[in-house]
Amino acid sequence: MRALESKAARIAADFPILGTTTSRGKRLVYLDSAATSQKPQAVIDALVDYYANYNANIHRGVYEIAARATDAFEDARAKVAAFLNAQTEEIVWTRNATEALNLVAYSWGTTNLKPGDVIVTTQIEHHSNLVPWQLLAAKTGAELRFIPVDARGVHVLDDLDALMAGARLVAFSHVSNTLGTIAPVAAIVAAARKAGATVVVDGAQAAPHLAVDVKALDVDFYAISGHKMLAPTGIGVLYGKRALLEAMPPFLAGGDMIRKVEYEKTTFNDLPWKFEAGTSNVADAIGFGVAIDYLDDIGMDWIRAHEREMFRYALEKLAPFEARGLAIYGPRDPELASGVLSFNFADIHAHDLASILDTEGVCIRAGHHCTMPLMEKMGWPATARASFYLYTTTADIDALVAALERAAAVFKL
Amino acid sequence: MDDFYRDYILDHYRNPRNFGTIDHPDATAEDLNPLCGDQIRMDVAVAPDGTVADVKFSGKGCAISQASASMLTETVKGMKLEDVARLSKEAVLENVGIGISPTRMKCAMLGLRVLKSAAVGEIAGWPDEE
Repeated sequence: MRALESKAARIAADFPILGTTTSRGKRLVYLDSAATSQKPQAVIDALVDYYANYNANIHRGVYEIAARATDAFEDARAKVAAFLNAQTEEIVWTRNATEALNLVAYSWGTTNLKPGDVIVTTQIEHHSNLVPWQLLAAKTGAELRFIPVDARGVHVLDDLDALMAGARLVAFSHVSNTLGTIAPVAAIVAAARKAGATVVVDGAQAAPHLAVDVKALDVDFYAISGHKMLAPTGIGVLYGKRALLEAMPPFLAGGDMIRKVEYEKTTFNDLPWKFEAGTSNVADAIGFGVAIDYLDDIGMDWIRAHEREMFRYALEKLAPFEARGLAIYGPRDPELASGVLSFNFADIHAHDLASILDTEGVCIRAGHHCTMPLMEKMGWPATARASFYLYTTTADIDALVAALERAAAVFKL
Repeated sequence: MDDFYRDYILDHYRNPRNFGTIDHPDATAEDLNPLCGDQIRMDVAVAPDGTVADVKFSGKGCAISQASASMLTETVKGMKLEDVARLSKEAVLENVGIGISPTRMKCAMLGLRVLKSAAVGEIAGWPDEE
């Protein structure tokens, strides 16, 4: 614990924002990494370096800085590919995981689904892995089914084979952004394979926290967002198995995704550029590559172990509050959850709690976490959510606990 | 912001005044705060002289939205409906006191927005954006 702790403190020093104070003079205690992660100096520097020293469009220019920009952009793709254990041409840049999931829905979904086909998802999905499938179902006449979750937010697999009957597409999140639940990927993928379905995984909340090997998981598509894993906003990735991506029509059309354009027809570019119309987000892709370097350097196994420790420590420190009306949601077994703690405190609404914690410098999220159907099912109007990452320290969790005491005093509990 | 949660705010939150619904209201409206999902409905019974004979609110949400709506119902009883439609942001802030942060202003204004909507028969704008 002590070794993990001192390493986390050293890591935190790489993130300039974590050394700042709020307007009230409180140390910034950032416990909202599930919304977006903070950025290490190396990533910030990479953006400045690109714009200051070799800003140029990619794949076109013959001059030196254009070649340098193209190399850095494609190197970053190779880094993400290695990080996910994919081939480089299987990595398509998108704006974020949402756009990656929409790419699958529009390109693969509208081409492959017909009336009566079944799309299987789960009751725990973020809106970004639910609404695209609702639209796809409406457009194609497919039927949408849901793998249920229990009161802890853990997947119930009892009727999985029956649910999968007729499934053509199975879409689920690897880790829940609301409760931290780690999905039973192997069981869901096995059932999906038995039904002959294509599998798409929303990895936005998993890839920052767990070692992800898309080959070992045996999934067809995997979507991630850079900004949740130390990279800038506006850059994400769709991994797709090569054969599937090759058979799919383009999503967006324009420059860079073409090989030859005539007035009447167009031959499209090779993978992955077929799916990257227009000038890409060069700077942020390069920043993503530097973020991957940083994560590789720390090691995903260390990050997972550290977050497990922080989760255990938080549960231990929050235990005395449970007799005072603190309700903790989601699985408590650190093996089943990843770095997310969702809760409510007595009759304090989550938004009021977040406002009071803010006065103490503690940043948490409050609300429905873009999982409105799950909140409705569970009967929670809103929850407060503290989420941990590689730079979270026990001092951060102690600050959360102290701020909860402050909230109890303000609300006269 | 924590100065905001004064005793009377907590009292209105925990013991909301005029909470409930009116059967066959003369005017009604309901809306959400898109930011946080706070929800408020306002039912109004109008007297023959055009004043608010009775008003009830229902909904769920944070202390700011619920206390602010509760206090607003006390303010508008007996008021002419056309004057309710003209109520400003300041009228609400006078009730709830100082200290609302910009990020929570919509919570405070949700009750007024819904009540004005009921008074004019369509969804009004956000009072803090007028």
